[in-house]
Amino acid sequence: MSRHALSVRSLTVEFATARGQARAVDEVSFDLVPGERLGLVGESGSGKTTTALSLLRLIRPPGRIVGGEIRIAGADVLAASPEELRRMRAARIALVPQGAMSALNPVLTCGAQFEDLFAAHGERGGAARIAALLASVGLEPQVAGFFPHQLSGGMKQRVCIALAVALRPSVIVADEPTSALDVIVQRQVLRTLVKAQKEAGAAIVMVGHDMGLMAQFAHRIGVMYAGRLVEIAPVRDIFADPRHPYTRALIESLPDLERRGEFRGLSGLPPSLLDLPPGCAFAPRCPRVVERCRVERPGPTLLAGGREARCHFAAEPVHAG
Amino acid sequence: MRRALNLAREEPGLIIGLVILGGLAALSAMAPLLVDVSLAEIGAARPRRPPGAQHWLGTDGQGRDVLASLLVATPRTLFIGLLAGLIGLGLGGALGLVAGWFRGAADAVIRTVADVFMTIPAIAVLVLVGTSVRSMSVALMALVVAGLSWMAPARAVRAQVLSLRERPWIDVARLNGQSGVAIVAREILPNLAPYLAASFVVAVSTAILATVGLEALGLGPQNELTLGMMIYWAQYGGAILRGMWWWWAPPVLALIAIFVALFLISTGMDRLVNVRLRAAS
Amino acid sequence: MWAYVANRIGLAAVVVLIALSVNFAIPRIMPGDPVEQQLAAISAAGGQTGDMAEAAKALRQRFQLDRPIWEQYLGYLWNVARADLGVSVANYPQRVSEIVLSGLPWTVGLLGLSTLISFGLGTLTGALMAWPSAPRALRLLALPLVLVSAIPYFVIGLVLLALLGIVWPILPVAGGYPFGQVMNADLPTALGVLKHGILPALSIVLASLGAWALAMRGMVVSVLGEDYMMLAEAKGLTERRIFLAYGVRNALLPQFTQLALKLGALVSGAILVEVIFAYPGIGYKLYVAIGQKDVFVVQGIVLLLSLSIAAAMLILDLFYPLIDPRVAARSS
Repeated sequence: MSRHALSVRSLTVEFATARGQARAVDEVSFDLVPGERLGLVGESGSGKTTTALSLLRLIRPPGRIVGGEIRIAGADVLAASPEELRRMRAARIALVPQGAMSALNPVLTCGAQFEDLFAAHGERGGAARIAALLASVGLEPQVAGFFPHQLSGGMKQRVCIALAVALRPSVIVADEPTSALDVIVQRQVLRTLVKAQKEAGAAIVMVGHDMGLMAQFAHRIGVMYAGRLVEIAPVRDIFADPRHPYTRALIESLPDLERRGEFRGLSGLPPSLLDLPPGCAFAPRCPRVVERCRVERPGPTLLAGGREARCHFAAEPVHAG
Repeated sequence: MRRALNLAREEPGLIIGLVILGGLAALSAMAPLLVDVSLAEIGAARPRRPPGAQHWLGTDGQGRDVLASLLVATPRTLFIGLLAGLIGLGLGGALGLVAGWFRGAADAVIRTVADVFMTIPAIAVLVLVGTSVRSMSVALMALVVAGLSWMAPARAVRAQVLSLRERPWIDVARLNGQSGVAIVAREILPNLAPYLAASFVVAVSTAILATVGLEALGLGPQNELTLGMMIYWAQYGGAILRGMWWWWAPPVLALIAIFVALFLISTGMDRLVNVRLRAAS
Repeated sequence: MWAYVANRIGLAAVVVLIALSVNFAIPRIMPGDPVEQQLAAISAAGGQTGDMAEAAKALRQRFQLDRPIWEQYLGYLWNVARADLGVSVANYPQRVSEIVLSGLPWTVGLLGLSTLISFGLGTLTGALMAWPSAPRALRLLALPLVLVSAIPYFVIGLVLLALLGIVWPILPVAGGYPFGQVMNADLPTALGVLKHGILPALSIVLASLGAWALAMRGMVVSVLGEDYMMLAEAKGLTERRIFLAYGVRNALLPQFTQLALKLGALVSGAILVEVIFAYPGIGYKLYVAIGQKDVFVVQGIVLLLSLSIAAAMLILDLFYPLIDPRVAARSS
């Protein structure tokens, strides 16, 4: 039995396109201890959602997991047979989906969508069990009798959270769980998610693009760029002392109450996954780029405090440019 | 030439459909050269002869040469379809344009009428008209059928106009002070062209289906030979039960060829339109 | 909910009224005196078997042409409301309602059964054609299904009649029951009726199967991309459950809309199939009446067709909220 709730090693995912194989996730590795909350951030197309869905093997063609290893509490996800995988899903690793508005089956009542989850895993459901789950996410028991269209977006996402924790999984994958909601509801739903996650004792991987929201939610933050995990570190450290220039750029692009009106973004666009630069993928946009960055791809640099960054200069703090 | 080859590779169905239809039309156009067309008159030959050297496809129960009949009837059926399709499309397109562009009351009225017309079975109206007129002619039939096939194009065009009018370039034209008519003519109509073409094929197919149905019920033009009337006479004369396959099979095969061809063309065009749209957006 | 029901019933009432008005108007719009024309047509057709003078009187009385038009209209509506559709001119004094009603069970049985079969079979086939892990061979079905669905019902009927009735005669080719059979509620009668129904039903099923399959395939493909399908998979549901309760169930909604829209075409198609097989439903009765220029019978059947389609659409509309819980909410 591993002490890790989730262990990901060199996960690589490729998408077949007309112009060749696009590597959407490139040798991503990280571990989570039980109860830990990891936030994965990055621009759209950085591979954060693909990474999250790979954990449940939910990648559909033309996408394919081409290499690596995923273990949930020691159990090998990628080696599982279809039936083993089916039993693993929801029971060991659950998903809180992105499309809160459309993630529930419109023709079944919420209660029925709990019941079919229990039935698929050979468990007994029942009104009392569903009511307890609904209560744990702050919903009334009557919600079980409602169809999804009768609920607000925030309520639907709470139902999804209740579904995710129903079988007490070791890991919850939350793919931008609040992106479809308005700001006030976002905070409430996040609080609910954390509460439910704590009660279930699950580790959680949450994908998002809002560094600010992540800072309040996660223990650690992983930053992705062009399919690579460029930095992973505890929240406090990453904000105080980012070691990858891209992380720093993301932090600086946050609106700051003290420096109102001053907004420092990144120039340029992320590279095409079909046409990555030979060295560091961030080199074309990097403020501190040197010749070595253009030819040599930086490997992971392990730093104190369990931190890791993929930059040739990760050992030194990134100074404001 | 290369474009044509590319099209053939992407949409073989479209090309096959066009070739079948073109072949039928060409064959019919050359009919006077191939056979003696007067053999398609009643009593022109000995009735109920099986195929042979003199009559390649035999003769029917009323003494018509089946091959000559086929070559006379096919273009007439196609003509009814084209005429009815054209009228239906023109009427429906115009109504759809009005409904989509002006919206409001005009839209509400046109949409309600279209909905009600779609509920009333076409065959019921056709039968009523067919039994109420003294004699049915090819032109009258096309007109009646067109009157019942305008709803689908009207709906399609309306939906397209509604979405087109929200596009940015329409706003630009409006800001430039172009009049509504000018915008419709210059900006909307050209963008509608592919939809009009696609719904034209559907309208033609619907129209031929309706006329053939009417004819099979015995409400077609008694004095003019069409594919549907050939089948009606064959059915009337018990051709199938008497095993006279040469009498009923040729018009049936011609109809199958026409419907399959129209179907291939319409699905091919649908896909082509969608690909263009995807490429454009 | 009740607003939805009221709305649908109101719409059906409008359609019925328009159908009645069309039925009333068309014989009167046509040039010439309808009575004279009908009589001329009937004698020309030679279909007269009853008393001609009596029939002419009945016709005159029926049309009431000396009255103002609105009185004629109200009288017409009153007659229809009493189920009085007049008398057959060709077979005077048989009542039109009797003729129509005698054909109705045959048509309802044939059309209902074959539509149910083709809808069910086609829907399932189409859904499987779109399902990623279904056998590949199913996908090869698409082309033949598509091509057959492009051919009109009665043309398929003709081909089947020739193949299975004449070339390889294994099935009866005409009528609704064995010739000379006394209709009883016993097994031989039932078998005879069933056997005579096979060819017509097969024609309708074959002709409409492809359309259902293709529509369903498209619907399932678009449902596959929905977020709830991904969550269903993430919940570890069995594939069977995902396919039926998530995929097929959601794709069925638009499929039912299609059923409502295609009712008219289905009925028209079935009428012609009845003609081909001399099947004793209202389609064949219509064909016979047209041949005999029996104007009231034609009008009665046409009216019945319009009304039954309106009724069927109303029933579908009222069933719809049961399949899609969103419908009633959206329209009220």
